Amino acid sequence: MTLPTGLDQFALVTYEKFGELTVEIAPERIVEACLFLKHDLKFERLSTVTAVDRYPSEPRFEVVYHVHSVSRNERLRLKCRLAGENPEIDSATAAWRSANWHEREVFDLFGIRFRNHPDLRRILMPEDWDGYPLRKDYPITGIQV
Amino acid sequence: MSSIDLDARSDEPATETRTTQSQPRRMTLNMGPQHPSTHGVLRLLLELDGETVLSAKPDIGYLHTGIEKEFEVKFYQQAVTLTDRIDYLAPLSNNLCYCLAVEKLLQLEIPPRAQWMRVMLTELTRLNSHLVWLGTHAIDIGAMSVFLYCFREREEILRIFEMFSGQRMMTSYFRIGGLALAPPRGWQQRVKKFIDIFPSRVDEYESLLTGNQIWMGRTQGVGYMSLEDMLDLGITGPMLRAAGLSIDARKQEPYSSYDKFDFEVPTRKESDVFARYQVRIEEMRQSARIVRQALEGMPEGPFTADAPKVVLPEREKMKTQMEALIYHFKIVTEGFRVPEGEVYQVIESPRGELGYYVVSDGTAKPYRVHIHGPSFGNLQGLPKMIEGSLIADVIASLGSMDFVLGDTDR
Repeated sequence: MTLPTGLDQFALVTYEKFGELTVEIAPERIVEACLFLKHDLKFERLSTVTAVDRYPSEPRFEVVYHVHSVSRNERLRLKCRLAGENPEIDSATAAWRSANWHEREVFDLFGIRFRNHPDLRRILMPEDWDGYPLRKDYPITGIQV
Repeated sequence: MSSIDLDARSDEPATETRTTQSQPRRMTLNMGPQHPSTHGVLRLLLELDGETVLSAKPDIGYLHTGIEKEFEVKFYQQAVTLTDRIDYLAPLSNNLCYCLAVEKLLQLEIPPRAQWMRVMLTELTRLNSHLVWLGTHAIDIGAMSVFLYCFREREEILRIFEMFSGQRMMTSYFRIGGLALAPPRGWQQRVKKFIDIFPSRVDEYESLLTGNQIWMGRTQGVGYMSLEDMLDLGITGPMLRAAGLSIDARKQEPYSSYDKFDFEVPTRKESDVFARYQVRIEEMRQSARIVRQALEGMPEGPFTADAPKVVLPEREKMKTQMEALIYHFKIVTEGFRVPEGEVYQVIESPRGELGYYVVSDGTAKPYRVHIHGPSFGNLQGLPKMIEGSLIADVIASLGSMDFVLGDTDR
């Protein structure tokens, strides 16, 4: 699979492994890239948004987007790296409405804030929960006291 | 259906807001999390004007069990048992997707017999899931008897699963590298007996529902949603196919030798509850076709990959061969290392696109596993579907989505 035309203007790094293409993008340009993917490259669907915590290395967080072009039967992985201190990125809801819940989930479990998100609240954990469970420095067992 | 209002009253008192003169008839209705039609623990906050839904807010997370976190402390092979518990109506689909993802990282070649067996059992899972959907969907709308017929056939499928794996629901029958156990003696007769009668049973369900005036009245033109909205909101699976888009990962991105099977992807144009019903009914017939092809053409050979570092050795070999004993000890005590990398494996689960994003850091435990459950994506589109409709139609629309809360909340 080759890099779709025009996407190289956003790509910092591109690599392919196991037949899956990953494009790393600077976090500031994510909305621009998403809109370009959706409207110019016909990636109609956002399959999922998630994150990976690389604690303790920096930049700590990777926000990972899997997009899907139904008409061309192609998938693509976008990746943005964020620092561990106050991780913030623009919301992809500007391009796909389905980003809404996915980003809420990432906020809920990783504590990454999405700017210009229409409804950034916890989604799976209780609203008064402390901490972000999927961070690597969050324990797997234990009781909050 | 009058029972909706009764249920709402008995579950939780509806809070009427008669404070302002400008909105005299508005009321907020708290539906769920224990409402029978939500099939689990979905809570819907409905704002009503009379019987019309003005806005709907789904509230999920009541079944969140932190499965993604749990993955990070299990060996790759151990984690298969977690995948059963995500979508408890399609455990084998989740087994398969996870195994395929890890096998891609390991670059394992799975023998044809195991691949075909996987196809056959995931198609039986699809039947199982669709039968539960049909029975409960019909019961929600008021057709009580369909449920009993559906569960009669489902029982037989669960018995087949039990025969293969020893478990009815949480089978964990697919393992990284192949199958957990050799297929049991006599499975062919059992599956053949089932698949011989099943198509006539689908006719039976159809004779109860398709063409039934009440059923059509409750489902036709209800829960409409445009294809553009669906794609934008992340809806997948039978709902997209009922809106006219022929999309199915089994065809577009074939896995586990689905490309060797002859089946059709049913579609409809209407994009209403009835169209989704028709699509799923037709899918049951197609799945039955696939099961029959798998049964008749099942290749011979081993049921696990030739990868002694990943697949547990046979019991007999352990007693006679030194290497087998060592491998067994190593796999059980320290798992197996998976090369560094990341994959996103997508399969077509009964509910739509199921994706597993597995990140490996080269150790014996997954660094991160993210599960994209189809129910999560589908539920997000719910407000768009029911806003502006009558409250009685909410039940029909919910049923047509066929979500599982375990899959949504993980």
